[in-house]
Order: sequence, then structure tokens, then C-alpha cells
Amino acid sequence: MKKTHIIILVLIAISIVVLISYTGDLSTYETISSARQKEGKFVTLIAKVDKKQPVEYDAVKNPNYLSFTALDSLGGSIKVIYHNNKPTDMEKSERIVLKGRVQGDHFDCKDILLKCPSKYKDDPNSTQRAVQSSGK
Amino acid sequence: MNYIGEHLLPGQIGHFLAILSFVASLLTSYAYFIANKEIDISERQRWIKFARGIFAVETISIFAIFGLIVFIVSNHYHEYFFAWNHSSRSLEPKYLLSCIWEDQSGSFLLWSIWHCVLGWVLIWKNKEWEAGTLFVINVGQVCISSMLLGIFVFGAKIGNNPFILWREHMPDLPIFANPDYLQLPRVHEGNDLNTLLQNYWMVIHPPILFLGFASTIVPFAFAFAGLMNKRHDWVKPVIPWASFSAAILGLGIMMGAAWAYESLSFGGYWAWDPVENASLVPWLTLVAGLHVNLVYKNTGYSLRSTYFFYFITFTLILYSTFLTRSGILADTSVHAFTVDDKNLQAIYIQLIGFILVFLVPAMFLFFKDLKKIPTIQKEEQTYSREFWMFIGSLVLFMAGIVISAKTSTPVFNKLFGTKIAPPEDAEFAHNQIQVFVAMVVGLLTAVTQFLKYKNTAKEQFGKKILIPTVIALIISLSISIFGGIHFDKKGPVFLVAINIAIFTAVYAIVANFFYIIDALKGKLKSAGASVAHIGFGMVLVGILISSAKKTVLSWNTTGITVLQKSEKGAQGDPAENLTLFKSVATDMGKYMVTYVKDTINPIDHKRYFEIDFQAKDKSDNFKLYPDVMKQNKGMEGFSANPSSKHYWFKDIFAYITSFQENNVTDTATFRDKIVKTGDTLFYSNGLMILDKVVVNPEEQKSKMEPGEVSLFLNLTVISKEGRKYQANPGIAIKGQSLRFVNDTIRAQSLVLQFNKVVDQANGKLEIGVKESGAITDLITLKVYEFPLINMLWLGVVVMVTGFGMAIRQRLLMKSNLKSV
Repeated sequence: MKKTHIIILVLIAISIVVLISYTGDLSTYETISSARQKEGKFVTLIAKVDKKQPVEYDAVKNPNYLSFTALDSLGGSIKVIYHNNKPTDMEKSERIVLKGRVQGDHFDCKDILLKCPSKYKDDPNSTQRAVQSSGK
Repeated sequence: MNYIGEHLLPGQIGHFLAILSFVASLLTSYAYFIANKEIDISERQRWIKFARGIFAVETISIFAIFGLIVFIVSNHYHEYFFAWNHSSRSLEPKYLLSCIWEDQSGSFLLWSIWHCVLGWVLIWKNKEWEAGTLFVINVGQVCISSMLLGIFVFGAKIGNNPFILWREHMPDLPIFANPDYLQLPRVHEGNDLNTLLQNYWMVIHPPILFLGFASTIVPFAFAFAGLMNKRHDWVKPVIPWASFSAAILGLGIMMGAAWAYESLSFGGYWAWDPVENASLVPWLTLVAGLHVNLVYKNTGYSLRSTYFFYFITFTLILYSTFLTRSGILADTSVHAFTVDDKNLQAIYIQLIGFILVFLVPAMFLFFKDLKKIPTIQKEEQTYSREFWMFIGSLVLFMAGIVISAKTSTPVFNKLFGTKIAPPEDAEFAHNQIQVFVAMVVGLLTAVTQFLKYKNTAKEQFGKKILIPTVIALIISLSISIFGGIHFDKKGPVFLVAINIAIFTAVYAIVANFFYIIDALKGKLKSAGASVAHIGFGMVLVGILISSAKKTVLSWNTTGITVLQKSEKGAQGDPAENLTLFKSVATDMGKYMVTYVKDTINPIDHKRYFEIDFQAKDKSDNFKLYPDVMKQNKGMEGFSANPSSKHYWFKDIFAYITSFQENNVTDTATFRDKIVKTGDTLFYSNGLMILDKVVVNPEEQKSKMEPGEVSLFLNLTVISKEGRKYQANPGIAIKGQSLRFVNDTIRAQSLVLQFNKVVDQANGKLEIGVKESGAITDLITLKVYEFPLINMLWLGVVVMVTGFGMAIRQRLLMKSNLKSV
């Protein structure tokens, strides 16, 4: 067997080990109710902001505290606490991806990813909104 | 209905040209395919002539399409959805081109333009390989131009026509009941360009990146033509092309990083976002391909891997296109395109089709002829350059595979219905692996050039490598020891790995520098490769140090009570936002920071905030101007652009995370209260304690006029949230006249006035308290320090320069040979 072949095999083995160990770090997409079952485990939620509930953020009091209620498509809801600034346009976003873990009664969020309406480029609804905001 | 003021002709011409260019690319591919197979020389020439003719038609159509889009957008013909959706009348003209890149079809058009340009350069420079390579490029053109068709075949929509009229695109919108809809204010104005793209990097980054994407088809095309014709001498003419492609793709990727750094509020230049990864991986495999290509040219080893790497590179470019444009990354990436469900299937199938059109035939030919591809049976020597170049290429390839696999979890989910999401610390998941890759690649970059092809005398190698090794060790040890690399958040192993990687990166720079002086005798003309390697080493050093030593300066420790701290750091998270009240100096670690004022620039519609940084030891004073821009496209809120202060060894980087404006007029009046020392007073948001009364205090002297006698109060104000503030209202007396020196606590919208002494014997005083209902202007800010980031940018420039030098040298050598 040639040296190169041995090295190729070693590199492949390392890559496989790396990828297998990566699967251990992976989290999962959960619904709010299934996330509640897995309290303390790091999960990813896809939800939107419940507009009927208050969104609490006051930079005067604390610029690193945001709390709101998230609602998922199955109707589950949970209070979210995020120790960072409020992402712009969060309420308008039709879909937010929340990463964090359930802690007692609330979801302790580490990261929020927004998908803004504008990113749905060809969505007639957003176009409709854009045109109508002209009325003002 | 007759609509008023529409311009239909440019769109009709445009759509016709889109179809024409599609048909022309089909014909060109066919003609070149036949020409490639034709043995008879005159017949072959006829086919080539014919193919060039149609390729010219195709090229002209594509440039004309581009011109028409520019025409429509710059004339604000908002009856076209493209123009309305991506531009506005108030948009600065310099962003006209960014409007085109913002659109899916616009960016495909850009890609197509580069294919045409590259095709003509190939026809000009590499006539021998014209038929085979241009055949492949035109197959690519068929795929890309189909994205601009926007026609329906059996009910499935193929591509998006950039010239579609808005009323045809969305016929159900009520505005089209109005024949004069173009005069509606929002239609007239335009939907504007996404604010994030209104940045100079966005004018230049996409063309460069797409040139990088497009150019990776050339090595693929050479390799494919090689297999079709069973000739392997393409490996020589391909080298300048592969070098060009690696340089431009690398530059394009790093320009994207610069854009992210300067204009997006991610807080950095690289986040291992899927979109970033998807373009990095083909660069890695391309660089691997270039190196094994050189190995083959010089020694005869590694031809198979050259084929494989070049094939896989372009396939990965197509895969990255699939990832970013199919909408599959919508939940994992910040900047992937998203597609609505209606178009999803069609685009999915189309993009997967592209990948297969290239991957399947290439792999079929490759494995069919694998045995016929010449190899050398004798093993490489351990002390040979080719051996270690091959190993380095393999490591790059494996790194690419690992990154790609991690990025592909959404594809995996789609295929197998799993629900895998990225890990908690996705960036670290990459960093902890790639730091080892950096280590190995840095080491190989340093050492390998000192080995000769075939075999090297050990003693000589040891002698030559000794001095650079010692120097690199001294430099990197001093960085590790005195540079303060204390990145221990991720444990000791990672910290050690970072320090070793810093050594190998420094080693790469030093050793290649010595190679230029020592082996090349300072002949810069032939030093292209070494210069590129120095640049690469600088990039590695820049990345390692700037990421390992990135520090949050806006660490929020001001005015927070113990109670709140425990609540705040529930997971030990950094509280990175700092609130600044207008004209109140706030403590931020090394600096006192003041939000001085803000102004709106009428030209670029941005609101600039002037933030003054004063080092506490008075060693430094500077201003930053981060800005925010009101969001457009039917959204509220704003998008923030950072601003940074550049030093040669670090950047101070700040951006606004939120702001509030005071627009309530102040109508409140003073309420007077009698107090004595030690008393507590309440106000709506907390309490204040009168600590003591001071006569003529030294620290208030600046507020006094000559001859005045003053009496000041020391008050401690504690808000409900537990923040503490000092207030010192006072009075100044000069003869019969009395002057109030009021004190304001802006953060609490509180004004305090020392009215008078009521009862001197009992120490009773009267204080006026005014609470204005208005909140004062405030912003929240994040500030980071990136050390040595300029090393990264400079490294990119050096690397690209090195590639340029190498390409120039090869072209000169070639023309010299011809003239001899």
C-alpha cells in the first residue's frame, strides 16, 4: 500500500469521526409543546410573535432584555426571554426562528433569526402591503 | 383596458432576446459539439465558424438584455415589476447596478454575461481547445439562460422573465383596475432597493463573485474536453485560468466578508453562514485542483485528482447556487433567497437539473476512462514537493467536504424528513475543526516550497528551512506570550490549537518570504506563487487573531444592580448592548462614550449618529458615525450600518441596535420639597437621598463665575431599576444676586433645582424637582474590538496580487516560447 493511500484513508477516517461527533452537537427543530417536554435541552423553534400579547423592551431600563410571547403553527405559545436588543421589525416578521432552551415557564432564547416579509420577494401579499402603505 | 403611460416595447424586445439567447446557446452547444468530434479539418473549421457566429448572436442578445434592464430601471418604468420592485426614484444612481443584482434573474444574467466574456477570451487565447471548452460553456449558458425565460411548458414555469409587466405578474392586485395606476404615489415612487444592499460593496462584490463563479466552468470545461478527446495536455493552458478563477473567487468571497463587516450588523466578517460556506467550499477544491495540476505538470503524478478536483469544483458552485436560491436554507441562513411555494417546485427541479447536467456526464466519462488516465506506479518520495502538495490538496478537499456536509443539514432534512437544526454554537462547531486545517495547511504552505520536485537532499533542506523556522518561532511565540491570546472560553485544547495555528500561519509568511530571497534570489517576476502564499498566511494570521481576540467593549456593567445581573446573565450570556443617553458620557470599559448628536443626510437618507469615544487615560479620542436607515419595502423599523475606527493593529467597531427619539414637548413644572441631610425623596421612577451640603466645592468650580460664593447639594438618585446617578444642584451668590445651577439627569428625565435654605439652624432646604414627561433621546449600541483585522484584508490583496503575478509570468513564458 502506498503512503498516499494510507494518508487518504486516515483523512477519510478523521472526516467521518468529525462528522459523527458533529451529529452529537446538532439540535432539532421542535414545536413549542414538544420543546416543553424537553426542558433544558437546546432546541430550535419556528414561530411568530403573538401580537395580542405585550412585547416588552425598554432600552432605558435594560437594553439587554426583551420578552414577548411566541406562537407556533400548532397553536402552542410560550413566553420568550432574550438577553439582547430587540431585532428590528420583529413584530412584522411572519416567521421567526428561535434558538434556545425552555427554562421553567419561559423559553430562554439565545438567538433570533428573522425572515422579513421583503425576503419573500415575489409574495403578492407583501407587494399588496407595500402598495397600500402609499395611502398614508 | 387601456393603461396610461406604459412603455411596452423595451419589454417585448427584451423577452424576445431572452428566448433568442436561449435558442442560440442551444445551437452553439450543438455546433461546437459536432466541431469537437469532427476529424476533417476544413469541415471542423466550418462548424467552428458557424458556432462562433451564433455565439456572437448569443453574446449580443445577453448584453442587450442587460442594457434594456438598465434602461427600464434608470427610466423608472414601473409598469415592469423588476423596475418597481428593485428601485425607486429617490435611490442614488450609483446603486442602479445593485438593483439588478438584487433580483434572482438579474444575478443569473450577470453570470451569463461573464460566461460570454470568458468564452470569447478562450476563443482568442486557446484556439486549440476552443470546440471542447466552448461546448461545455454553452451547455452552462443553456442552463442559465433558461432561468430568464419565464415561459410555461406543460404548466410548469421555466425561469423568471425579468421583463414581465407588473400587472401580468400579479393580475389580482386591485390597483390595476385603475388605468392610470402608474401615477399612484407608491407605484410612481418605486419599492426601492433593500436598504442592506445600499452600500458600495454591493455595487462591486456581486460582479466579482459572479466572475469567480462563472470562471470555475473553465477548468471544468478543459477537463471535460480532455476526456472527450482523450488528450491530457490541457493541464498546461488551464493553469492561468485556474489561477485567475481562484484569485477572483477568493476576492469575491472576501469582498462579501468586507460587506458583512462594514454594512451588516452581524458583528463580524464571517459567521459560517450556509451562504458563505457554499461559496468557500468550491474555492477550497479549486485551490486543491490547482496544486495537483501543478504536480502533474511537473512530475506526471496526480492527473486523476486534477480531473476530479476541477469537476467537483464547478459542481459545488452549482450546488451552492441550489442551496442559496432554492429557498431550502430559509431557516438556517440570514441571507439566502426565499421563494414562495408556487415557484418552489419549478426552481428546485431546475437547479437540481443543472447540477446533474454537469455532474453526471463528467463523472461518467471520468470513471469510464479512469484506467486510461495515465498514472505513475512508482511511489512519490517523502522528501518531494509533489507528495506534500498532494497531501495539502487532500486536506483542503476534506475540509471542504466537512464544511459542505455540515451546511447540508437542510437538504438532509428535506430528503429524509428529519428535523435536524444547527448546533447551539454553530460557529464554534466549524472553528474547532477548521483551526486544525489551518494548522496543517499553514505548515505545508511554509515548508513545501523548500522541497524540490522528485527528491530533495535532506541536509540542504534542513539548512534552508532552519532560519525561517527559528524566526517564525520567535515571532509567533512573542504573539502568543505578549499578544494576550487568552481565548480560553472554549477550553485549553482550543487555545493551544489557536496558538499552534498562529505559529504555522506566521511560518507560512516567513518561509515564503525567505524562499523569495533565498531560492528565487529576489527575482520578483517568478515569485507569484510565493507572494500568493504570503498573502494566504496573512489571511490566516488575521483570521486567527481577530477572532480569538475579538472583544466586546460595550459590556453592560453600568448602573446595574446585583439583582438585575443575575437575571440578565441567565446563561452567562454577554449583555452586549449599552444604552447611551444624548450628551451623557457613559462608562464603557476603557472609554467614556457620549452620544453627541445625530443628523439625517438628505442624499443617502441615512441618519448618522455622532458617538464620541474618550479614552479614560486621555490617550485617545475619536468619533464614530454609525448610521441607521429606515427600512423600505413595506417594513417598519430600520437597518443599521456599523462604523469603525481603523488602527493598523485593530478596529473599533460599533453599531446602533436601537434608538428612541424625544418628540414630546416639555410642559412639566417644579414641585418644591423641604428636606434635610439624610432625607429621602421620592419621584415617579425611584428615589433620591440628600447626602450632604457643600460650600464652594472644588469640583463645581468650572460652573462658577469669579467672586461667586456657592452652595451645592450632593444627591444620590436611585431609579426603580436600581441605577444610581449623582446629582449636584446648587446656588451661586454674588452680593445681592442669586443664580440657580440646576442639574439634570437625562436618563431619568429629571431636573433638580436647589431653591433656598429654609431653616439654617435645622439644616432644612428646599429642592425643586421637575419630571419632564418626555423621554430623552437614547440609543443602544454594540461596540467590538477586532485586533489585526487589517492583516486579513491586506492578506487578501497580497494573495490576489500573487496570483496576478503568477498568471502574468505564465503568459509571458508562453509568448516567449512562441517567439523562439
